[in-house]
Amino acid sequence: MFDQFVVPDLLPAAPEIFLVVMASAILLIDLFVKDSRRTATFALSVLTLLGCAVIQTMTWTPDITYTFSNMFVDDQMADLLKLFLYLTVIMVLFYSRAYVIDRGEMNKGEYYVLALFATLGMMVMISANSFVTVYIGIELLSLSLYAMVALNRASLSASEAAMKYFILGALASGLLLYGMSMIYGGTGSLELTAIDEVLRNDGANGKLLVFGLVFLIAGLAFKLGVVPFHMWIPDVYHGAPTSVTLLIGSAPKLAAFAVVMRLLVNGLLPLAVEWQNMLIIMAVLSMAIGNLAAIAQSNIKRMLAYSAISHMGFMLLGIVSGVVGDASGQFDAAHHALAAYGSAMFYVIAYVLMSLGTFGMILLMARSGFEADTLDDFKGLNQRSPWFAAVMMMLMFSMAGIPFFIGFFAKLSVLMAVIDAGHTWLAIVAVLFSLIGAFYYLRVVKLMYFDAPEDATPIGGSADMRLLLSVNGVAVAALGLFPQVIMALCAFSLLNSLN
Amino acid sequence: MSNYLLSLAIWLPIAAGVLVLLTGSDRNAPLARMLALVGAIAGFLVTLPLWAGFDTAEAGMQFVEFRNWIPYFNVHYHLGVDGISMLFVILNAFITVIVVAAGWEVITQRVAQYNAAFLIMSGLMNGIFAALDGVLFYVFFEASLIPMYLIIGAWGGPNRVYAAFKFFLYTLFGSLLFLLALIYLYVHSGSFSILDWHDTAIPLDAQIWIFLAFLIAFAVKVPMWPVHTWLPDAHVEAPTGGSIVLAAIALKLGAYGFLRFSLPIAPDASHQLAGLIIALSLIAVVYIGFVALVQADMKKLVAYSSIAHMGFVTLGFFMFSALGIEGALVQMISHGFVSGAMFFCIGVMYDRLHSRQIADYGGVVNTMPKFAALFMLFSMANAGLPATSGFVGEFMVILGAVQYNFWIAFAAATSLILGAAYSLWMYKRVIFGAVANPHVAELTDINKREFLILGLLALCTLWLGLYPQAFTEVMHASVGNLIDHVNISKIQ
Repeated sequence: MFDQFVVPDLLPAAPEIFLVVMASAILLIDLFVKDSRRTATFALSVLTLLGCAVIQTMTWTPDITYTFSNMFVDDQMADLLKLFLYLTVIMVLFYSRAYVIDRGEMNKGEYYVLALFATLGMMVMISANSFVTVYIGIELLSLSLYAMVALNRASLSASEAAMKYFILGALASGLLLYGMSMIYGGTGSLELTAIDEVLRNDGANGKLLVFGLVFLIAGLAFKLGVVPFHMWIPDVYHGAPTSVTLLIGSAPKLAAFAVVMRLLVNGLLPLAVEWQNMLIIMAVLSMAIGNLAAIAQSNIKRMLAYSAISHMGFMLLGIVSGVVGDASGQFDAAHHALAAYGSAMFYVIAYVLMSLGTFGMILLMARSGFEADTLDDFKGLNQRSPWFAAVMMMLMFSMAGIPFFIGFFAKLSVLMAVIDAGHTWLAIVAVLFSLIGAFYYLRVVKLMYFDAPEDATPIGGSADMRLLLSVNGVAVAALGLFPQVIMALCAFSLLNSLN
Repeated sequence: MSNYLLSLAIWLPIAAGVLVLLTGSDRNAPLARMLALVGAIAGFLVTLPLWAGFDTAEAGMQFVEFRNWIPYFNVHYHLGVDGISMLFVILNAFITVIVVAAGWEVITQRVAQYNAAFLIMSGLMNGIFAALDGVLFYVFFEASLIPMYLIIGAWGGPNRVYAAFKFFLYTLFGSLLFLLALIYLYVHSGSFSILDWHDTAIPLDAQIWIFLAFLIAFAVKVPMWPVHTWLPDAHVEAPTGGSIVLAAIALKLGAYGFLRFSLPIAPDASHQLAGLIIALSLIAVVYIGFVALVQADMKKLVAYSSIAHMGFVTLGFFMFSALGIEGALVQMISHGFVSGAMFFCIGVMYDRLHSRQIADYGGVVNTMPKFAALFMLFSMANAGLPATSGFVGEFMVILGAVQYNFWIAFAAATSLILGAAYSLWMYKRVIFGAVANPHVAELTDINKREFLILGLLALCTLWLGLYPQAFTEVMHASVGNLIDHVNISKIQ
């Protein structure tokens, strides 16, 4: 038995290995950090993520590499998504720095270590090529996030949110596992590429597979936060400390997108007709409920939670346009796939950038003992700080899909894929719900520009945060002027990753 | 150099707007005003070579710029003007100067942002008229909503929030379906170039859908009955400058869209549905004319009269004759001058008395004689008096209509009566008679700045009224080319 043991190729997983070593080290080092601001822990965490990015680029190859008995894959989609992931988490750490320092009980070494472990979980999700790896990645991410939500022990709403998140998350993990076991039963493999092969070669047990698929999709939908598995999103976004909401609302979307790609596109593409139909229903419902419910919110975190639901619904439209049937019942995957999945990836990256900026704005306006999480806190921001009002305005118009901002081009690329796939009615539904969505984004602009401030406290924030947030806002506009940059990256990375 | 004229016309005002924003708080208001005026005048000057260097014999696009923008989507930075769009670029740049001057002493709060919003909007609207790529057009078309939304909402009247939302969402609704039509055309033809679409064969049922999607977008923007209801609200609540830009330029965008998109891209559908558009136009001319007659608020009255005048424009387009289309274009330019001037006149009175109700005025001529004289000219032009610009366009459209169908011409011609009725009746009630109340008695006549603005607009109105040839000769070739496109079936 042992003579078959092969030392796996560790290079494709080098960033993960580096991260796990560093995260463990930081946990120990933090014991000796006397500084109550935890500057050393913070700096080390940021450096670790930068190190991951460096390793990621140094070990870059144009090929698809499998390792750990094909359980782990490193392709260009993974490289690109991970690079964006590091960037996102670094920004999260910078944005939340002042917030956690002001709330002493949160500013512990664990905050940073948990964020790093969550990042590790997302990296594993992105590179998963087996049900087991997918599951490990999701659990590592989720458990870290549960703990982070509850980190502020004194806060009742945070504890409640953590409890809800945990219970519903555990349920979703159960559904996911159940679905995986069904598909394993139907195909005899846990490895996604092998499942794909089995499905292509013989039809396998159709009913069993679709049965399993339903559970798999339900579990995924929970992680993505799309209707009807969205119930946790508003409560968790609202209840969690804003710095944690920022993390939950940004980076995991990248990982969730990757998992959808791995499971459904890499693994179950032959079942595309089935899962596309399921996702279409969820996409339409998400856009409907997300946009309508967001209008009724007075808390901006809750509003953004519903907006996140609608954005994920919109992103799914790209995913469902990849495989198109023709009149003869043949399915054409090659022609549409690149445009469709590329548009969804572009959409996710654009969304994460916007989401980072918006939650960053809430964090900027929060101060010790004040959360700035109701819509009314944004009243008259233009008088208090014209520049940050402008940043927030750009973010809001971008989220609403108004040009010249990146959000418009993300929507455009998805709509192009949808219409190219012949789902014109779906595109009409999508734009009509975007119209409804525009209302609540406009309302934020209205509060900032048309109303008088109720609170004249100057906008604080450290210099690095102000700078980073400004860069974030300008990026939303600049990438809207030159959307080619990200679009081409997405298309290029997928071109070499789709098989 | 001449290859960058259109880019300059777009980006110079925007850059000036950003520069004005940098002046920051109201302590620097004089500097902000000065910079804005310089920016607006520079923006106007760079558009003049477009006219001077325009080749009137050329039917196609001139001053073309073509660059890759988003190769992945096959989207290009493709600019160009022809006889249809060139005049609007200049009109827009001119109106921007007027608007900056119009807000000079009136706007005292957030001066830099106010002027920057107008400059940026001016650049974006030049982009709409110059864009020859579907996505580029759309991007400018929708982006121009943002500054207008802020202008109405931040510097508007008591009900400004409602008006701003209504304006934004109404227009967005129209343009989203327009976007889907653009994407459909791209999927169908493989190109986003508007000029390519002019020559793309499209089956009739698809043409009808495309035409309807275009119609919703442009009908809201024009606005046509029955999707006009945002306009009176927006006009009433907007500050004077906002009303001027809305009436003089923003309404033209929808009409321009018909000429650039609907007619040449879906010509068969245009012929099929011409009856519908003509009916809607006549409703706008006649019914909205009556609505204007009963308004008690001067701004609302002019807003409704704008809808009626734009009804003339769409009527002219859908008779598919050179006379009709050129008449409509002249009417658009004339309306730019006249309605802009009318809104400015109302603004002049509002600044002094803080009321727009006709009933609050009376006998203004006694205290503001210079103003009364100029206001008279614009009211006459609004009514379509010969020798003013208002007459030329209406006359050409009616002539075109007579060739097309006598009864349509007859219905359209009632606008001459209605227009005279609502314009002159308002003028009479506001200006003539005895001094109505002590407030009117305290009015001061227009100052040099106001006189200069009104004088400039009056000169333009008379110029277009007395020598329309200068404007129409620019249009001939391009309108002829357009009519050729409309009259060739694209069904294969």
